[in-house]
Amino acid sequence: MAASSLQSLNPTFSQTLASPNTSPSFRSPFLRFNSSFTPKPLSTRSSSSLIARSAAEPQERKTFHGLCYVVGDNIDTDQIIPAEFLTLVPSNPDEYEKLGSYALIGLPASYKDRFVQPGEMKTKYSIIIGGENFGCGSSREHAPVCLGAAGAKAVVAQSYARIFFRNSVATGEVYPLDSEVRVCDECKTGDVATVELREGDSVLINHTTGKEYKLKPIGDAGPVIDAGGIFAYARKAGMIPSAAAA
Amino acid sequence: MASSVISSSPFLCKSAQQKDLGFPKPSQISVHRCQKRAISRKIVSVMAPQRSSSATGSVKTGMTMTEKILAKAAEKSQVVPGDNIWVNVDVLMTHDVCGPGAFGIFKREFGEKAKVWDPEKIVVIPDHYIFTADKRANRNVDIMREHCREQNIKYFYDITDLGDFRANPDYKGVCHVALAQEGHCRPGEVLLGTDSHTCTAGAFGQFATGIGNTDAGFVLGTGKILLKVVPPTMRFILDGEMPSYLQAKDLILQIIGEISVAGATYKTMEFSGTTIESLTMEERMTLCNMVVEAGGKNGVIPPDATTFNYVENRTSVPFEPVYSDGNASFIADYRFDVSKLEPVVAKPHSPDNRALARECKDVKIDRVYIGSCTGGKTEDFMAAAKLFHAAGKQVKVPTFLVPATQKVWMDVYALPVPGAGGKTCAQIFKEAGCDTPTSPSCGACLGGPADTYARLNEPQVCVSTTNRNFPGRMGHKEGQIYLASPYTAAASALTGHVTDPREFLQ
Repeated sequence: MAASSLQSLNPTFSQTLASPNTSPSFRSPFLRFNSSFTPKPLSTRSSSSLIARSAAEPQERKTFHGLCYVVGDNIDTDQIIPAEFLTLVPSNPDEYEKLGSYALIGLPASYKDRFVQPGEMKTKYSIIIGGENFGCGSSREHAPVCLGAAGAKAVVAQSYARIFFRNSVATGEVYPLDSEVRVCDECKTGDVATVELREGDSVLINHTTGKEYKLKPIGDAGPVIDAGGIFAYARKAGMIPSAAAA
Repeated sequence: MASSVISSSPFLCKSAQQKDLGFPKPSQISVHRCQKRAISRKIVSVMAPQRSSSATGSVKTGMTMTEKILAKAAEKSQVVPGDNIWVNVDVLMTHDVCGPGAFGIFKREFGEKAKVWDPEKIVVIPDHYIFTADKRANRNVDIMREHCREQNIKYFYDITDLGDFRANPDYKGVCHVALAQEGHCRPGEVLLGTDSHTCTAGAFGQFATGIGNTDAGFVLGTGKILLKVVPPTMRFILDGEMPSYLQAKDLILQIIGEISVAGATYKTMEFSGTTIESLTMEERMTLCNMVVEAGGKNGVIPPDATTFNYVENRTSVPFEPVYSDGNASFIADYRFDVSKLEPVVAKPHSPDNRALARECKDVKIDRVYIGSCTGGKTEDFMAAAKLFHAAGKQVKVPTFLVPATQKVWMDVYALPVPGAGGKTCAQIFKEAGCDTPTSPSCGACLGGPADTYARLNEPQVCVSTTNRNFPGRMGHKEGQIYLASPYTAAASALTGHVTDPREFLQ
């Protein structure tokens, strides 16, 4: 059994582990492999190695309803959260809230409606509508974090930069959804909309214009975000133990 | 699928033989590191990808460099693009901006008393917001000190005396340059960092990419990155003699202009060809540094004697270089005849907004910034100094010089610039009227706290050797940033307009 050898590597670790199954050898005591667990991709791209969902997942619909905030193409991380605010540490609850208040403050003055009103901490917009390459630029996790901290629930964009997409999934802060057409050209800031996440056909419904848009299936990224991010997901799947007692 | 597949072995071209490039001299290779250096010297020209029948199950196809590195790190014999795998991490880097968050997540998820997976594989490099009075920024360096002390982190390039960077023996400066200078970059390895320009290290023939705090927190506890999707590889073959006025920055701006800021999203950018072979390590780093600006997952350059020389002078940790197979599949092939390229800039406000420098000569500028992981290395300053010396004139606009690391700063003051009669960069810069080279850090590349040296606090026009020019990047939202090579930046400083370096170099 691997547990004893692992425990000798790190005496602070006291949980028993299932012995690694097909996993490569490793030193960390924080990983354990459940024979029923198989890794899931963090991308909505389909791949020949997509693995069947585990039985533990809820087959529910998720719905977000609220106002839209529309931006254009190539909204980079400096516009989402300017570098001067990166001194705020997202894992600190007070600073997390502060980050939210600065969400999208880097957008040029041509954006007359601000995402978060000056003096406010939260946004009144739950759905961000973007164009191509949303979230490009830096790997700063502060970007999806500030959007989630501000109160946004989902981003619907034509395409994403990969680090932003991955960080959104890993943190579980916002749902990054892919539209099939340029919804940013057909929606306006302030439109009332609903995003419905379903197994096969997620949709964005713009109640103000009456139009409905198909969204690409959230795919295997969904369960990770649903669980609350990569750690919660890894725990649910038995990959790592619950946070050890201090 | 690429229509022609050519072995991307760096040793294949005739011109490589003429210049005696690339073949590692046996005396330089220690036997105990030599395991996979038996590179085929057969010259392969055009070869169709070998197709095996897939009817009988697993197909053994050739792999690209990136696929091989990831396969090895996942302890698999084979991976293909799209695979989701667990990857062992060789080095995790973090800095003052993301370190506190990453460690915060690590403790929250693994417990307050948790220990990192390997205190010798984590490199903590304060570099972003250092020389500032901003209390939170200073606090973040203190937070990292505490974590490093508690976890016994071997490599923590600390700074305590903010008034004089030279009083800090451990402090290095910009993380990506420090990683290379301190020997943490090695062929064949997996290097992750909480910074998008971690891709710089791909110049060493390794898999290097940026990750967020949460992923980093996970790696801190486990030493693995969860579910890395193996990226397909786009190949960029650059051949031809590098013109004397052209630099790696021009090459990468050319490429990004070609494929756009999302042209390489989820993909690997592999650079090879005779021009690449002729580049120094610092120039290769500049090239790979901006892979992320094209959306790329990582960049790679096949390691050769230049790589081995650099690495072996800085570390004795053994490494195993890998190379793309002759029958590997590439998702795209781009070829450039470098001898025909001209200096370029990226105009506001996107790194893919490419234009010839000479076509921007009417653009009046307010300042020049030479610094950052992209354009603040020793050779970048040498280049700028060389142009200033050749011109023999004074700059017409404030010219800010921000050496990336302590070592670069020392080189600027100590090394003689070739052809300048023994003068150092610092002397030449002074004679040209530039600002005094400042304390090494990321500086104003990303704006930073309000009191950051050379921050764009007004809507001015700046020519910069940095990597991004989105609105507000260097501070002011209406600032106009032209990304350029050190040569172009220096030439522009001399005229007060965006200027092609051929005005002063020929």
